[in-house]
Amino acid sequence: MVAMEYTIQELEKKANALRLDVIEATTAAGSGHPGGSLSSADLLAALYFKVMRHDPEDPEREDRDRFILSKGHAAPILYSALAESGYFPKEELATLRKMGSRLQGHPVKGKVPGIEMSTGSLGQGLSMACGMALAGKLDKKDHKIYCLLGDGELQSGQNWEAAMLARHYHLNNLIAFVDRNRLQITGCTEDAMSLDPLPEKWRAFGWNVIIINGHSMIQIVEACAKAKEAETNPTVIIMNTVKGKGVSFMENNCDFHGKACKAGEKDQAVTELCRI
Amino acid sequence: MTGKKLAQRNYYGKALADLAAKDPNVVVMDADLADSTKTTEFKKIAPERFIEVGIAEQNMIGVASGLAASGKIVFASTFAVFATGRCWEQIRLAVAYPKLNVKIVATHCGISVGEDGASHQALEDIALMRALPNMTVISPADAYEAYAATIAIAEFDGPVYMRMGRSEFPTITKEDAEFKIGRASILKEGDDATLIGTGQMVALCKEAADALLEEGIDVEVVNMSTIKPLDRETLKASIRKTGCAVTAEEHSIIGGLGAAVAEFLSQEMPAPLEMIGTKDTFGESGAPDKLFEKYGLTSNDIADAVKRSLDRKKEMKG
Repeated sequence: MVAMEYTIQELEKKANALRLDVIEATTAAGSGHPGGSLSSADLLAALYFKVMRHDPEDPEREDRDRFILSKGHAAPILYSALAESGYFPKEELATLRKMGSRLQGHPVKGKVPGIEMSTGSLGQGLSMACGMALAGKLDKKDHKIYCLLGDGELQSGQNWEAAMLARHYHLNNLIAFVDRNRLQITGCTEDAMSLDPLPEKWRAFGWNVIIINGHSMIQIVEACAKAKEAETNPTVIIMNTVKGKGVSFMENNCDFHGKACKAGEKDQAVTELCRI
Repeated sequence: MTGKKLAQRNYYGKALADLAAKDPNVVVMDADLADSTKTTEFKKIAPERFIEVGIAEQNMIGVASGLAASGKIVFASTFAVFATGRCWEQIRLAVAYPKLNVKIVATHCGISVGEDGASHQALEDIALMRALPNMTVISPADAYEAYAATIAIAEFDGPVYMRMGRSEFPTITKEDAEFKIGRASILKEGDDATLIGTGQMVALCKEAADALLEEGIDVEVVNMSTIKPLDRETLKASIRKTGCAVTAEEHSIIGGLGAAVAEFLSQEMPAPLEMIGTKDTFGESGAPDKLFEKYGLTSNDIADAVKRSLDRKKEMKG
């Protein structure tokens, strides 16, 4: 099992290490999705080094918590979290998106240990998470299912089919996160297809809603602790975040949704992240 | 000779009920059509393992995927149009790609759906499912085979699509026969032409073969109950002997059984092939037997196609 004794400050350092991995890997690949990876780095650090019960030595152990990256394009941050946890060697991050690599452009179940589900086509992860949560209930297990959703992908109707089901079957073992960075490829989510008022939508579907600053480690950890105590219904943690968080020229810049840094940009990004 | 008329979906229900009692790992899902697909038979025995998702097929497939990834054997059922068309890309990403143990079992395939009309008559489902890597596609010939195939796919590890009809039609296989995935069966041996049917067209193929025999034409009848993987060995042996073939399916000739056989023949052993099926068209409302006449799916149509394939074989030899 991963030691879960990290302090908030240490978790913040982990998040920064994950961000550096993302920049290195996507720059080496020459493509990928750094923006949405950086906005969810703090969450992934919290989940893999504090919140989740998991074991890189025994990735298939039955009582593990499961994590599904519904916004599969943020694969670099998931690969970084898995590598930093010890699921596979960190050097392998340099193979991201290359021919023959286990680190495909979007996550593939079974390719590397720790990937619970194939994702990448948006709008499907919450349904998959519901299935895992239902299985947990059927088997009377106490593990949790965590699912990270992009905000843009909530424009897809299947999420709301899943939201209905999760409430209908009282899946209190399901905890969803929305990476509310307010940007998608086209630009602002509210211009592409408005999502606000987002908390009200989830509340109307019967979910517990917690709203936090997605870059505050203490808020993430506390929100997860609260969500784990949910008695009857699923919980969504809406994380207000900044796309490209941690690198000045990437922040709130939707150009970096699906584009890697150039060599010079990378040096600046690394310098900035090393200063934190 | 064909047996009594039975509906495949009733035997699917029976098989699920037997599985409910036999295997605690089996979970059944439906999207508001459990009374029609007969998954209610499972619900009666194992209500806690029956999951109703409402009218939300895309979600059903995602949830099925999550259940299967947690070790469950999942049967997800609805009408064939919705089971394959509404959620094709969900099946692709969440079931076929990760090779999960989800059995998509659809009823109401083909124009024999009848009066509900084209919106409910799946004539493209085989094509949609056959195109997916890792997907096994099964189309049992009658109610008995639907039962046996249900048991067989529960034991098989991996994604499966199985299609069944709505209405009652004559049985042609033996009750209690074992179903072998990927294995075609020969219902009647013959030397003149190979007649390959799937689903309820198999009984009509047999009827056509019996009628042709009276005219002195001796046709081999193959029940192709697994469309993917195609039983190439059985096809090869039969068509090497007969030199021509006819396919018959209650499905479009684009992408279905006929297309699968054509792909095989053209690449490995070119031979004249005639296809019975719908010809790039939607169905419509009507009584199933009248629709079969209008869309060229009767045993007479099959017999005529056999004669055309024989003529073409002669021309080639000539």
